[in-house]
Amino acid sequence: MKELMKGNEAIAEAAVRGGCRAFFGYPITPQNEIPEYMSWRLFEVGGTYVQAESEVAAINMVYGAAGAGARAMTSSSSPGISLKQEGISYICGARLPCVIVNMVRGGPGLGGIQPAQSDYFQATKGGGHGDYHLLVYGPSSVQECVDIMYNAFDVSDKYRVPVMILGDGMLGQIMEPVELPEFKDLSKLPRKPWATYGDNKGKDRQIVNSLLIEPDVLEAHCHLLEDTYKEIAKNETAFENYLCDDAEVVITAYGTVARIAKSAVNILREQGKKVGLLRPITLYPFPNDEFARVAKQDCVKTFVCTELSLGQMIEDVKLATGMIKPVKFFGRTGGNVMSPEDIVEYVNKEVY
Amino acid sequence: MENKIIIAGFGGQGVQSLGMFIAFASIHDGKEVTFLPSYGPEMRGGTSNCSVVVSDKPVASPIIARPDILIAMNKPSLAKFEPKVKPGGCIIVNSSLIEDKVQRTDVDVYYVDANRLAQEAGNAKTANIVVLGAYTKISGVFTPDVMKAVIEHKFAKKPKVIPANFKAFDLGYALE
Repeated sequence: MKELMKGNEAIAEAAVRGGCRAFFGYPITPQNEIPEYMSWRLFEVGGTYVQAESEVAAINMVYGAAGAGARAMTSSSSPGISLKQEGISYICGARLPCVIVNMVRGGPGLGGIQPAQSDYFQATKGGGHGDYHLLVYGPSSVQECVDIMYNAFDVSDKYRVPVMILGDGMLGQIMEPVELPEFKDLSKLPRKPWATYGDNKGKDRQIVNSLLIEPDVLEAHCHLLEDTYKEIAKNETAFENYLCDDAEVVITAYGTVARIAKSAVNILREQGKKVGLLRPITLYPFPNDEFARVAKQDCVKTFVCTELSLGQMIEDVKLATGMIKPVKFFGRTGGNVMSPEDIVEYVNKEVY
Repeated sequence: MENKIIIAGFGGQGVQSLGMFIAFASIHDGKEVTFLPSYGPEMRGGTSNCSVVVSDKPVASPIIARPDILIAMNKPSLAKFEPKVKPGGCIIVNSSLIEDKVQRTDVDVYYVDANRLAQEAGNAKTANIVVLGAYTKISGVFTPDVMKAVIEHKFAKKPKVIPANFKAFDLGYALE
């Protein structure tokens, strides 16, 4: 039988089953159930949990643990993630795998504590300083949180690029039935040749570092990162295409908003209107090819981008589609959430 | 079948646990469900609500604009959510705390003296279970046996409270 789990708790359990053995965090609503769960759960599996003195300390503990080869993660919400950006940039510079969860709340500043998607730019365009990206997922259900989190460490290890799971307060708090996967066998994981395990006495030193002072060396390093991002785009890009094959109107949305949009699509279909939903599952890399392909379909007249922000993902939608079809926008922000009926009303008023 | 329910009241009235009982029953019954609690600076005495969607198919939107069923445990909740109920839907009113009558004429209304019936059941804290019984009867989505199995399971560590909760459920379920 499936279990009823809250998004935050399901992510924590999936992380443990996926091999997380080190968690460093600092409390903030609406993601507190993740550190709370980890605080007792990691001890059961012989892991390490630290409630750090600040977000800055927490992310640097992740840096250290990841550098030493551990499967380490942290979680926070918008203002806390902003504080972690320096550390995230260093981790990316040092090419360390780890997982970062952001259960987004309304901003800017301390903002509010209700759900938002206004950290899309920060998550997908860098966030900290330097030429880097994270591999960013935008799950839309508790089960998808579990599935993505469970494999996140494998993917992060493979490319030596941090994975960010970009949720929102709603996804963190919602409870849904989930099926939990079996524990991964960590004894079968390959040794990380670059990690500072501290066990190769007498041999060459391992150095984890993000300081590359020579421009030629740093440029080559940035190209290496770029090649990695291209490889990730080729292998890991994921999306959901729901009823777009004959659609006149394609609604685009990610995360929980995509579910609200899916209900809107169902209502509009009942009204006899040909509407579909195109949902990126990876926000970086963005599913450019699929968006371009759908835009080229003759039946498609208009895109409607729906977000819990004043318009952030819409920029990627415009780039990916080359704007060969108009891209309209419907959003709520500040912690307010639209209903399916709100989207239906917008589409009926602005498009039909 | 898709049953969209909004449950609202004071913090401490068991609003969230009432919603969770319905969610647990859904899993028990092999149905799909989403349970979305309100979260925020509320605490005991503040306002509290949750949205529950039960369906045969995977649930898309967890956000409910037009509930099929409103369970109003206190007066401010009825005032806030009464206009949103879908025409032809229904409102379950905790008449122990709400003297007002529902103004809408296009919905079915059930007045449940939940707090009094809870005392009759032997435990004043079971008012939400009385309402759960009424919901089970009115919605017809779950059998009383499923709900009782869930109640038994949830109180497995406090078996002493199970008889009062069963009685509260029966009193709610017996309402016309």
